[in-house]
Amino acid sequence: MAVATVTDWTRARPQPSWLARLLDYKPFLVVACLLPAVGLLTVFLTYPLGLGIWLAFTDTKIGRSGVWVGLENFEYLMSDPQFWSAVFYSIFYTAVATFGKFGLGLWLALLLNNHLPFKSLLRAIILLPWIVPTVLSAIAFWWIYDPQFSIVSYVFVDVLGVRDKYFDFLGTTWPARWSLIAANIWRGIPFVAISLLAGLQTISPSLYEAALLDGSTAWQRFRYVTFPLLLPILAIVMTFSIIFTFTDFQLVYAITRGGPVNSTHLMATLAFQRGIAGGELGEGSAIAVAMIPFLVFATLFSYFALARRKWQQGEAND
Amino acid sequence: MTDVPAAETKGSATAVPEAMAWDNRARRVVLLYVPLACFVLILLFPFYWMTVTSFKPNAELYDYKTYNPFLIGSPTLDHIYKLLFQTAYPRWLLTTMMVAVASTTLSLLSSVLAAYAIQRLRFRGSQYVGLAIYLAYLVPPSILFIPLATVVFQLGLFDSPLALILTFPTFLVPFCTWLLIGYFKSIPYELEECALIDGATRLQILRRITLPLAVPGLISAGIFSFTLSWNEFIYSLAFIQSSEKKTVPVAIITELISGDVYQWGALMAGSLLGSLPVAIFYSFFVDYYVSSLTGAVKE
Repeated sequence: MAVATVTDWTRARPQPSWLARLLDYKPFLVVACLLPAVGLLTVFLTYPLGLGIWLAFTDTKIGRSGVWVGLENFEYLMSDPQFWSAVFYSIFYTAVATFGKFGLGLWLALLLNNHLPFKSLLRAIILLPWIVPTVLSAIAFWWIYDPQFSIVSYVFVDVLGVRDKYFDFLGTTWPARWSLIAANIWRGIPFVAISLLAGLQTISPSLYEAALLDGSTAWQRFRYVTFPLLLPILAIVMTFSIIFTFTDFQLVYAITRGGPVNSTHLMATLAFQRGIAGGELGEGSAIAVAMIPFLVFATLFSYFALARRKWQQGEAND
Repeated sequence: MTDVPAAETKGSATAVPEAMAWDNRARRVVLLYVPLACFVLILLFPFYWMTVTSFKPNAELYDYKTYNPFLIGSPTLDHIYKLLFQTAYPRWLLTTMMVAVASTTLSLLSSVLAAYAIQRLRFRGSQYVGLAIYLAYLVPPSILFIPLATVVFQLGLFDSPLALILTFPTFLVPFCTWLLIGYFKSIPYELEECALIDGATRLQILRRITLPLAVPGLISAGIFSFTLSWNEFIYSLAFIQSSEKKTVPVAIITELISGDVYQWGALMAGSLLGSLPVAIFYSFFVDYYVSSLTGAVKE
């Protein structure tokens, strides 16, 4: 009798259905949660990455599966001056544009770090070049670089009277190369400035006060307080910037399409021209694969050269 | 050595002589406002030029001698009219919008689940999965588009918007997952423990506790994904062939540029209209956008 009352007390727990139990089973849940993301990335990122490396060693063309040709594609590219010109310009473009973006971006970040009226509005305006589709602002630059109706030429020739001839921005090799770099810097400044501004705002004002009390000059405060504390963020932003500048495609494709006389091809646009437009998938992949060592090197360099200080200081900050 | 600067700072903190105050103000103008104004001017000029060009009649557009190129003499809607009614522009805009919304939704869904699994379910090796997803973000589309084109072709998706919807997550998912992991990390784990003790299932916890607290993160990730997919170029260029299925950035480059004579008015109008949706969308959520940008960098 007593036993019966005891069983009465323990009210039958509502048994969850098998589906609910399955959904609460951790290993199943982990797999189910990771499946969409990992599935998408495997099919459309990891597999193509491997396939691209394989394609680089074949003579695949559009509409025809190729056979293994070993290093033939690379041997051909080695003797191709156009490829070397693209390699050179990619490195040059990345180096100069990164230098410009970071120099000007850091300056802008330092300016924005002051007390300013309408600060958030200013920040919003400054990010605009970064928001707007690159191709669309590139077309605007193309129009600004027009040989006959360039507004820049108009200002220099007709308003200021400094020059007597309109600039030929995109007609010859070096002016075209510099024009593209200028457009890239223009587009990159906002991202660098806003990210570095976030870094600047994490630096405690008391450090500056201490430095000020010790009698430091503005330059010393920048050199010994701001810069070292900014380095970790600088390293990450620079890694991203280098990767995406080196593999830039849109700007060049929209403004010059690699011209004049193929002198402004970056490796990505050359890969597109040979691989998709020309149909030589194997050769295009070889050019794309040739970018990988540069990217790995640039990433390691910018990361270790700059982030090294972080672990030297022993910060337990992930 | 230490006395002199201390005296100086003391001096500036108390009464400042009038000449020095003026000097300070002038200094501030020269070192701060002038460079800042230059930056803003240069960063905004292309947009101004875009706008001016799209509302100028052709006569003014190509005649700098009689008209001041910086101003519009008699504004016209000709270019915009031509763009909207004589080209497939509305169609392109619609396609772009659809692709951007669909790929954003898809990426957000899969990244929320992935970030939750990595950050909250804490299985063995979850750090490595997180690291792998982060590394995926470092693979630029320029390396992938050729092999992806063959994959898309094999799947029979070539020239279909579905190809874009499925390939855009390759750069959206890593970013969103990374951002959301950071957000989930900031939500106290104790809240979930309490819910677990109260008998909530894991999915209930995700839906009732974690997600509502991570709404700012979700919005940031959503805006970022939307703008990134709106701006995407290389995949859309490589995978879409027929004119009416193109996205705005690709269509402007390949369809609006016909022959040797560039219709600058229409081109600029097209760029302006193509930039407006993202710009408007962005202006509503600037703070989320900035925080996602900077939050992702700080993580």
